[in-house]
Amino acid sequence: MTLHSLSMHEIHDLLLARKAGAVEVVSAFLQRMEAVEPKVNAYISTLGERALDEAKLFDEGKKDFASSALAGVPIAIKDVICVRGIRTTCGSRILENFVPPYDATVARKLDDAGMILIGKTNMDEFAMGSSTENSAFAKTRNPWNLECVPGGSSGGSAAAVAADLCAGSLGTDTGGSIRQPASFCGVVGMKPTYGRVSRFGLVAFASSLDQIGPITKDVEDAAMLLQTIAGHDPRDSTSVNLPVPDYRSTLRDSIRGLRLGIPREYFIEGTAPEVVSAVRKAIDTYRELGASLVDISLPHTEYGIAAYYIIAPAEASSNLARYDGVKYGHRVEGAKDLMEMYRRSRSEGFGAEVKRRIMLGTYVLSAGYYDAYYKKASQVRTLIRKDFLDAFEKCDAIVAPVSPIPAFRIGEKAEDPLQMYLSDVFTLPASLAGIPGISVVCGFTSERLPIGLQILGPHFREEVVLRVAHQFEQATPFHREKPPIG
Amino acid sequence: MDAKISREEVRHVANLARLDLSEAEQERMTGQMNGILSYMEKLNELDTTGISAMTHAIELQNVFRPDRVCPSLDRKEALQNAPGSDGINFVVPKVI
Repeated sequence: MTLHSLSMHEIHDLLLARKAGAVEVVSAFLQRMEAVEPKVNAYISTLGERALDEAKLFDEGKKDFASSALAGVPIAIKDVICVRGIRTTCGSRILENFVPPYDATVARKLDDAGMILIGKTNMDEFAMGSSTENSAFAKTRNPWNLECVPGGSSGGSAAAVAADLCAGSLGTDTGGSIRQPASFCGVVGMKPTYGRVSRFGLVAFASSLDQIGPITKDVEDAAMLLQTIAGHDPRDSTSVNLPVPDYRSTLRDSIRGLRLGIPREYFIEGTAPEVVSAVRKAIDTYRELGASLVDISLPHTEYGIAAYYIIAPAEASSNLARYDGVKYGHRVEGAKDLMEMYRRSRSEGFGAEVKRRIMLGTYVLSAGYYDAYYKKASQVRTLIRKDFLDAFEKCDAIVAPVSPIPAFRIGEKAEDPLQMYLSDVFTLPASLAGIPGISVVCGFTSERLPIGLQILGPHFREEVVLRVAHQFEQATPFHREKPPIG
Repeated sequence: MDAKISREEVRHVANLARLDLSEAEQERMTGQMNGILSYMEKLNELDTTGISAMTHAIELQNVFRPDRVCPSLDRKEALQNAPGSDGINFVVPKVI
């Protein structure tokens, strides 16, 4: 077994036992990058030298592997999270040369835990997209099939984990942007409850939905990485001051008798038969593990897409108003006045999908349309949230597909934004409700593309979601499969 | 299909959003926005009379903190990403 293919906890065990050094581990990933990164394009920036310098501190005894559960382990971060002194682009020309003067709280926490940053990963511009094709810099490819997209918007983070270009990574999820790429790339991706992880230093897309979470090779890693980043932060007043349980310690607790809800609205026509069949088999596995299965209904599921694609662009149009070429970001040359500077800087700096969402958001918030669109969507959001609250009266967690389709071909949906939006049907409702969710691999198509199983839990019950995911993972062989690349 | 938004309205919204769209972009944007906004009609199938609007995923209360001076970015750091600066201020084209 080569070092780069190990999980984070396996790497940490080796480091602790002195069976590998930190420089050796980082070097293994840098070599892997040399061979594989040109094919996958998972990264916007790689940080080899910086990572080796960090690693040396461990090998020279200036830092201690025992200082945390993940000390000395290499990690990648989506390029929408600020790291002091490291270019942070959000996949956009408008921030091409932006170097944050401060750390995001999650970046600080990873650093405090002694994790070693080895790169900033590619993404759809400002996290707007489901395929990573909207990056201004490169198209990331799916390690399982280089002709296919890795999903999005955290496509770089998911592809990097799947291709063993990092031990684990952070992504962000606004409407499925962690779970869907994790599903497309056959890795684990978890969106925590809204408010569980600080958003301080995360460049805002839709502030009532954005959440940072782990993308990893197994569920134990996801539990450990979530543990590292979770918790209240006075600098994010939407982060919640609740105790953070020890996620790793309950992964193995029995799920016998646990009630798993199967939502009938997630098994609709239009879902690929291979996806339905893999998820049905996963449900059988849960039956064998002793869980009790409950039919549930989430009646407003089909309205999630319309509600989300009003609310998220509305918030985005407001958040992205800050890109005006004044304090940071791209400024056009030779503008005669301020208005021209704003307009031309923004028009040059933003890509097509970002412009489309700014336009949609501005429209639905504009005078005369606010009630018909934004207010209506916010009321429907209440109904979608209530669907989940009612369902969790009858079950402890929900099991469903992540995406109605496996990874699609690069370019296949690029020309039709509505078709791209419709593929988010199974991830958007949980985002609107703010509940936690995870994707774990539950099979492969006949073309060897991974299929994701989605597990959703009540607000702030990440430990249930992780436990349900872990037991499936350990009972099945899928997570051990590696893409044919190298 | 009824047009939800005209080319003229697209130009108006682009102006509100401080975006310049070329003729071709306006044409494309009008078509795409009409497709997307027509899909949004689906929400009108639901009667939402008396349903309160949800603005946040979790119950939030106003968060207060003491009004105390804390360390913040120094001026040099705050200006380091500015496209135009004289070392003390952000510099922009003349407004008046």
